[in-house]
Amino acid sequence: MAMEATESRPLGKAIKRKEDPRFIRRQGRYLDDIVLPGMLYMALARSPYAHARIKNIRLDEAYKVLGVKAILTGADLEKMNLSWMPTLAGDRQMVLATGKVLFQYQEVAAVVAETRAAAEDAVQRIEVDYQPLDAVVDPYAAMKPDAPLLREDREQKDNHIFHWEVGDREGTENTLASSPIVVKEFIRMPRVHPAPVEPCGCIADYQKSTGKMTWYVTSQAPHAHRTVLAMVSGLPEHMIHVISPDIGGGFGNKVPVYPGYVCSIVLSLQLGRPVKWIETRTENIATTNFARDYHMTAEIGATEEGIVTGLKVITIADHGAFDAAADPSKFPAGLFSIVTGSYNFPIAFAEVDGVYTNKAPGGVAYRCSFRVTEASFLIERVMNTLALRLNLDPVELRRRNFIQPDQFPYQSPLGWTYDSGNYDLTLDKALELVGYEKLREEQAERRARGELVGIGISTFTEIVGAGPSNTFDILGIKMFDSCEIRIHPTGKAIARLGARHQGQGHETTFAQVIAEELGLTTADVLIEEGDTDTAPYGLGTYASRSTPTAGGAAALAARRIRQKAIQIAAHLLEVSADDVEWNGEKFVTKGLESRGVGMGEVALAAYTNLPQGMEPGLEATYYYDPPNLTFPNGAYIAVVSIDRGTGQVAVERFVAVDDCGTVINPMVVDGQIHGGLTEGFGIAFMQEIAFDEDGNNLAPNFMEYLVPTAVEAPHWETGRTVTPSPHHPIGAKGVGESPNVGSPAAFVNAVVDALSPYGVTNLEIPLFPWKVWNVLREHGLTL
Amino acid sequence: MFPSAFSYVAPNTLDETYELLEQYGDDAKVLAGGQSLLPMMKLRLAAPGMLVDIGQVPHLATQHESPDALRIGALTRHAILDSKQFDRYPLLSQTAPWIADPLVRNRGTMGGSLAHADPAADWGATLLALKASVQLASHERQRLVALHDFFVDVYTTALEPQELLTEIIVPAPLADSLVFGHYFKLERKVGDFAVVGVAVTASLTDDGTVSEAGIGLAAMGSIPLAAKKAAALLIGHRLTPELIKEVAQVAAQEGDPQSDRRGSEEYKRSMVRVYVQRGLAQIHQEWQVANQSIA
Repeated sequence: MAMEATESRPLGKAIKRKEDPRFIRRQGRYLDDIVLPGMLYMALARSPYAHARIKNIRLDEAYKVLGVKAILTGADLEKMNLSWMPTLAGDRQMVLATGKVLFQYQEVAAVVAETRAAAEDAVQRIEVDYQPLDAVVDPYAAMKPDAPLLREDREQKDNHIFHWEVGDREGTENTLASSPIVVKEFIRMPRVHPAPVEPCGCIADYQKSTGKMTWYVTSQAPHAHRTVLAMVSGLPEHMIHVISPDIGGGFGNKVPVYPGYVCSIVLSLQLGRPVKWIETRTENIATTNFARDYHMTAEIGATEEGIVTGLKVITIADHGAFDAAADPSKFPAGLFSIVTGSYNFPIAFAEVDGVYTNKAPGGVAYRCSFRVTEASFLIERVMNTLALRLNLDPVELRRRNFIQPDQFPYQSPLGWTYDSGNYDLTLDKALELVGYEKLREEQAERRARGELVGIGISTFTEIVGAGPSNTFDILGIKMFDSCEIRIHPTGKAIARLGARHQGQGHETTFAQVIAEELGLTTADVLIEEGDTDTAPYGLGTYASRSTPTAGGAAALAARRIRQKAIQIAAHLLEVSADDVEWNGEKFVTKGLESRGVGMGEVALAAYTNLPQGMEPGLEATYYYDPPNLTFPNGAYIAVVSIDRGTGQVAVERFVAVDDCGTVINPMVVDGQIHGGLTEGFGIAFMQEIAFDEDGNNLAPNFMEYLVPTAVEAPHWETGRTVTPSPHHPIGAKGVGESPNVGSPAAFVNAVVDALSPYGVTNLEIPLFPWKVWNVLREHGLTL
Repeated sequence: MFPSAFSYVAPNTLDETYELLEQYGDDAKVLAGGQSLLPMMKLRLAAPGMLVDIGQVPHLATQHESPDALRIGALTRHAILDSKQFDRYPLLSQTAPWIADPLVRNRGTMGGSLAHADPAADWGATLLALKASVQLASHERQRLVALHDFFVDVYTTALEPQELLTEIIVPAPLADSLVFGHYFKLERKVGDFAVVGVAVTASLTDDGTVSEAGIGLAAMGSIPLAAKKAAALLIGHRLTPELIKEVAQVAAQEGDPQSDRRGSEEYKRSMVRVYVQRGLAQIHQEWQVANQSIA
């Protein structure tokens, strides 16, 4: 049962989310709720072609629309040296097209008008002469020598973006050559989109009289966005105030900077009036950062006994027209090198080649810590193939290869130091919850009756919480995070963090962390995020990094408060500080528990009755640079059946056991797991942004890009093991992304398991009913 | 997501409505529930100059059951047919819950859906299976048009610009038979248009002989279709497994589906076969249960 925020010792308790009352009463304040006096509205004209030269743009008719204030084109921005902007990945991206367009729906002109309707009317009246060019849609075709050159602006005259590799190529190849068993599988993760309920948008409000730019923006990283804006625009950073209001979901989609943001800022600077831009659903899906589009080939070597010997991974990454990946700067393929997963590979090699195509730019880390979903999907799928090849239960194969508890901290062959884990324990719990042995018996009985029933396992390890400053930065800014706590005289606290939640529950969970450290209740601590004028600098919320970084900062800032508070407590207790200790709820005299003072009394004394010479007040700030990442893991089991008539797959059961270390709030963790599993279900069964040969986006809206609802979502059964992170201040690991990372492979492994008696080892997602039906028909299994 | 500018008028009577439709002709669009028209306007796929909102016109949202027919007012919301049971027309309440989602069902209307003529819409298939007709009215005339003559092409019907669809007339089943009906819809998620929709209805006499039958198909061509050949095979026969199989195979060949991202032509035909087979088998089973309880 959920508990009230007034509960004492709240850490680990299912405290009701403090933010929910305002959200469920429609009292949240999202970007589109904000209306400023004199505000103008912006709309964008977009290219109908995926690849075309722009011969001419005519604006006369558009200017005739009543209420139009200004229209920007690429040529206008060129004069300001703003027609291109840098991407987080070190590439550059057109703000408004100049010369040619490189993807369908690309931004071509920006109209600002007194009403949004007028802006949209004017957009329709902009006339652009295009000369269509051959589009490059397939990333493999993009790499052919005779492929049309997409990025004429680059010195390099081909469509190759980067080559990245890690591990021992030669050693791995030699190992595979000498391994008695080698399995090889091509695994494709198609292009999908985070598709948050609220699309992206902003209001740029430049006041000419003060020189101050207030920028309301749907941002997962408001401080980083302020710094980027200062660097790009030349505005002094202290004169930029970024406000990230309530956010209706981000999932990575709200990390990058988009052309619409730049245009609205330029127009507000020009006109001295607030300019609002908010995407339509189609603009969100078709232009802002997509995810995945990874085309992976993996080989696993093994002994006859099923002990893995080596892993080799070759990958083509389709980034679209611009490499707008939102990865830490030194990681063009994100943390894909977690691809060895939960298994004790002695040697491994992975490489990724990024290529340009005529599609929207990206890719973003959609609810994953930078390409971790791709890596986990790959290894969990190919381990399934290895189990089939060895005719071994997939559970048994995993047990034979798990990294063992005594191997932690475990050095992976691709360079990571895993902090902690007990993979057998987590798997055992999942097997117990699902009743694995009985389930396999039932499966055999049902198969004998002609039913297609499958059980899929995924035992993944994630890498989250970027990250240690020696390795992780974005455009040079180290990826620490921060917390500032102020205790008021009556013992109530306000805490501000550099993170920015989008539904994760920070207003509750971080209050729990701080309250636990200070002997307060969750209700006593107000959490504020998203305002760069008040919050300390931080890198934001994505990649499951908030708890590993900002959460660590919160605990350590609170402990810093306690360091001062103990001096005040000693003064109040009239003993020396050495004779005072913290008992988890209050300061007590050592050996005399009955003599104690709580944080409330100490706080009052901090402003009214201080020891001689002590500085008044009770506040602290902590910038936490984590010593390592955290490595949550999980064991997921899916049970499916297939309708032989229609090819529809029913998920009969799904058990998810997660180990995210210390749990701050089990209800919030369950909520995260439910949401991420539902997304993973969508990825496995429903979602793909496909393109035709001309580069037309075939799923630019919710009619075609399918997001699962409560009706489609299976019933989720969750469980937990707790293996604390040894280095995190409270032992917590990130959890928000685990279900999205770990579940797609469980679903697909289950469907493959249902069909494996007929020789099926691999299926390409999404598993649309017609695709499954085609496989059924190939094997004579249709009704 | 803003429509182009348009004018709006909400007449209070049918006569006023006819006048407006005559006056504005092709530039006018009738607004009923707005569940297709308004999204199309917001996406600027439709840009009528004048919206004629018939929501204020009385008596368009009623249903009258008589011995020979069920007359359904054009403004009857989908949700009404989900909650109200018309015992002699079980296919209606079997179909209604498959339409879109509760929000759309609360606003969308049967007449609006038919006049919009989306080939994948659910009512088209079901009402064709039930051999329904529609009443089209204008100042000039009233005419009754059988539904299979009403649908002309994708989003195109026999309605003239000055005409209003006022009523749907579903003929009553034979009195001496038990009537059954089922709607099957392959959808990719709730609220989706049908990948394939199949409406199956049959009346069975005491000895299990099919006295009347209808099969309707959604998303199997440019208009909603009736699988007439297949349905005709049922008349005068009992529902044996062999007959069911044969009828299902014939039904699968009626229609002209396109291969697309929802499935190949072959897949869609197979879904018709599977659903017709399942529908008739279910009807046979229900008849057996009903017959036993009578006996």
